[in-house]
Amino acid sequence: MDIKFDNKIPIYIQIMDLIKKDIIKGKSKEGDQLPSVRELSSDLKVNPNTIQRSLRELEREGLAYTQRGKGRFVTEDKEEIKKLKNEVAKEHIESFIKGMKQIGFNSKDIIKMVKDNIEKEEN
Amino acid sequence: MSKILETKNLSKKYFAKKALNNVNLTLSKGKVLGLLGPNGSGKTSFIKILAGILTSSSGEVYIDGFKPGVETKSIVSYLPDRNFLYNWMKVKDSIKFFDDFYQDFNLEKANNLLEFMKLNKGDKISTLSKGMLEKLNLTLVLSREAKLYILDEPIAGVDPAAREKILDAIINNHNEESSMIITTHLVTDIERIFDRVAFIDHGEIVLNENAEDIRVSKEKSINDLFKEVFNYA
Repeated sequence: MDIKFDNKIPIYIQIMDLIKKDIIKGKSKEGDQLPSVRELSSDLKVNPNTIQRSLRELEREGLAYTQRGKGRFVTEDKEEIKKLKNEVAKEHIESFIKGMKQIGFNSKDIIKMVKDNIEKEEN
Repeated sequence: MSKILETKNLSKKYFAKKALNNVNLTLSKGKVLGLLGPNGSGKTSFIKILAGILTSSSGEVYIDGFKPGVETKSIVSYLPDRNFLYNWMKVKDSIKFFDDFYQDFNLEKANNLLEFMKLNKGDKISTLSKGMLEKLNLTLVLSREAKLYILDEPIAGVDPAAREKILDAIINNHNEESSMIITTHLVTDIERIFDRVAFIDHGEIVLNENAEDIRVSKEKSINDLFKEVFNYA
């Protein structure tokens, strides 16, 4: 795995985002086993304690769970995954709208442009 | 006991020159500490005291509860910042040398690491490139089942490809039972493997924090903070 980390942002958050992305894309499905701390640590070249923290946080957010002696798994709760998907979508949209407004477009312009673009892409 | 290292008011003087001034530093078991400072800041003096090669002028040092001496040398695996092998040796002689010398030397681990590093047992030390020599030194040091690994500049002067290999070897050989202290001035390449970071300047610890906390509170990489603290351009 070749991933560029931004050393300015806490590494554990970047690793959480990586795993979340895999869950959203369906690369890791509900109930799938997540890689172990050791595997992630050596793949990503990150301290194992940091990996541990990422996985713990994912559990706290309800996206993963531990089965004693077996490892960590993606949640089986489809609602949680849907919620995650919506959250990430919301973040993307908000940052897009913010960016557009900063360069001087109003809400109406933005909606029209998005619509036109999507139509063009689909044709 | 959860501390692998504790120093109290540790000082070292070379005649009138103070190399270390009241250093108080502790490290919990299983953690990786990055000890960062410019040349001449006292890093190597500090490390040599831990390794039992230098004695302190005042203050106390405890490694796994012991003062530096026979007990600590058997649990500390130290990588000096320069080659420590004889030129007449071949790679296999150096392995034998370590195997004879250290009870905790794991021959299987050494052979795996040699293979991983693509080192040939029949090669003479004198013919190895700088990168290969560094890899061999590290292989020997990591092949001990030590409680505390002290690596002084493990990636200095080697090319980026060799650096990657060395980092891989360090990460793959770290476990919850072992702790590490790594000094470097090449912070970017290695900062993701630190749990804690201590900055040392003119023999004093000027910062000692959790690596991720630094990123959260300062919104900076450790490398950026390092440059800022030590006034790099």
